[in-house]
Amino acid sequence: MSITIEKNKAERKPGLRTEEMVLNMGPQHPSTHGVLRLELELEGEIIINAIPHIGYLHRCFEKHAEAMNYSQVIPYTDRMDYLASMYNEFGYAIAVEKLLGIQVPERVEYIRVIMGELQRIASHLVALGTYAVDIGAFTPFLFCFRDREKILSLFEQTCGARLLYNYIWVGGLSHDLHPDFVNQTNEFIKYFRPKIKELNDLLTKNKIFIDRTANVGVLPLDVAINYGISGPNLRGSGFKWDIRKDDPYSVYNKFDFDIPVGEGLMGKVGDCWDRYYVRILEMEESLKIIEQAVNNLPEGDVTSAIPKRIKPPVGQVYSRVENPRGELGYFIISDGSINPFRVKVKGPSFVHLGVLNEILKGHMIADVIAILGSIDIVLGEVDR
Amino acid sequence: MKTTEEIFTILKNNFGDAILELVTSQPVEHFIKVNPIEINKVCLFLRENEELLFDSLMNLSGVDDANGQKSADEDGTQIISGGTLSVFYHLESTKLRHKLTLKVSTDREKPEVASVESTWRHADWHEREAYDLLGIIFLNHPDLRRILMPYDWDAGYPLRKDYKNPEFYQGMKVPY
Repeated sequence: MSITIEKNKAERKPGLRTEEMVLNMGPQHPSTHGVLRLELELEGEIIINAIPHIGYLHRCFEKHAEAMNYSQVIPYTDRMDYLASMYNEFGYAIAVEKLLGIQVPERVEYIRVIMGELQRIASHLVALGTYAVDIGAFTPFLFCFRDREKILSLFEQTCGARLLYNYIWVGGLSHDLHPDFVNQTNEFIKYFRPKIKELNDLLTKNKIFIDRTANVGVLPLDVAINYGISGPNLRGSGFKWDIRKDDPYSVYNKFDFDIPVGEGLMGKVGDCWDRYYVRILEMEESLKIIEQAVNNLPEGDVTSAIPKRIKPPVGQVYSRVENPRGELGYFIISDGSINPFRVKVKGPSFVHLGVLNEILKGHMIADVIAILGSIDIVLGEVDR
Repeated sequence: MKTTEEIFTILKNNFGDAILELVTSQPVEHFIKVNPIEINKVCLFLRENEELLFDSLMNLSGVDDANGQKSADEDGTQIISGGTLSVFYHLESTKLRHKLTLKVSTDREKPEVASVESTWRHADWHEREAYDLLGIIFLNHPDLRRILMPYDWDAGYPLRKDYKNPEFYQGMKVPY
């Protein structure tokens, strides 16, 4: 329901005095998904400028990382994007392994991929469920969290933790899978496939939901690339770009899966509905990957390649992975000691929040929630 | 697809002295050193040139090189004077599928780097972050404010290697 400011100005009756209003949304607002303050400049109900103020959760992870050795950093990476902890560890482990120049056993790679994709489904379920709540549909939220619980139970049985795992280590994993894991994962896949259809029937094709999201918050592709947008948000704008395919890491090139993109089925390409629907389709693709990986799991030892002492040679690396939210990059500089000299994280949520002002302009104030929910940010990672 | 060496030759032909050197001594990543004041022109060229088309900035990170004169404070904390601060640019072309790393180094006492915000809007927040945490001034940046730290933070730049935790913040004692 985008209305341009100019049109609105033209329709205004002459002699009627109006003035802009500044409205603070947050930091404590349930649909900002964390502590985010948006300073909205409004003309009536239309947004003419939206300035995000972040940093409420800032604890300077990057400074902490400089005072610790390489393996001690891993629990801290968990706490950045707390809905996708497995993937944060995954990305960090790959970056340090590149610095060290070591190869990890194939079984480790397979288990990492399985965990990463399970995490992607869990993270998307939170994104979709909370998005539904923001828009006003409560039931899908409960459905999503019910299914996510099953994934968290799998994680809990594997490494003892439900959210912050410290499972993927540099060179290996902290534990091997438990004996029943393959069975349970297969059961989960069988259970979850019909649930995606259920979610589609309940929410995706719902008339009210489509009215709230289609044609709202359109993000054009050139703007998206210029702003460094990645992940489902970029694909929602119609660009087939996924680091798992386009710059493959780990063993992703061994699996058969598709990259869903937004096609503008309900409105323009790159609107909120497209971004939402790409996430739904991605869950199915993740199921495909998990199914292939779990049933071809190689034998081997998962701890054999873990280095006793991590002391990379002098050098630097920028390594990136496709996190559930987008491109998660680690830039690590080593000065040859046991502590990293500099760790810089490029978090997708941080980047995506930067484009918010661009897509909010000209929308109604009620659409702020719909747009903010559709770009799916986690404030723990924005602030780091 | 072009390698860093080929891109270095193209840049050297176009910009001459603004392109300082090609560093290949490191095992994983090679990079090109550029003059900090000319970096915006180089980046615009990299984006617009038809052979290069670097349409995406992957990452921008500020670094304290800690290569100056080191001395100790009376209570044992390190003080660094002189030396440089650096900024790394990781670029990528989504059309031609090649990548490039650029580095600029600037004087620690007067850290000024030209902003590339007009080339890639993505750089906006990353430059603000580098300013916030390291104190690097990005010339011609439209909105260079603190981003992660409080707006009234006055106890220095946390990611500098000689940063000292403040005892007081705005007159309030900070418990540790």
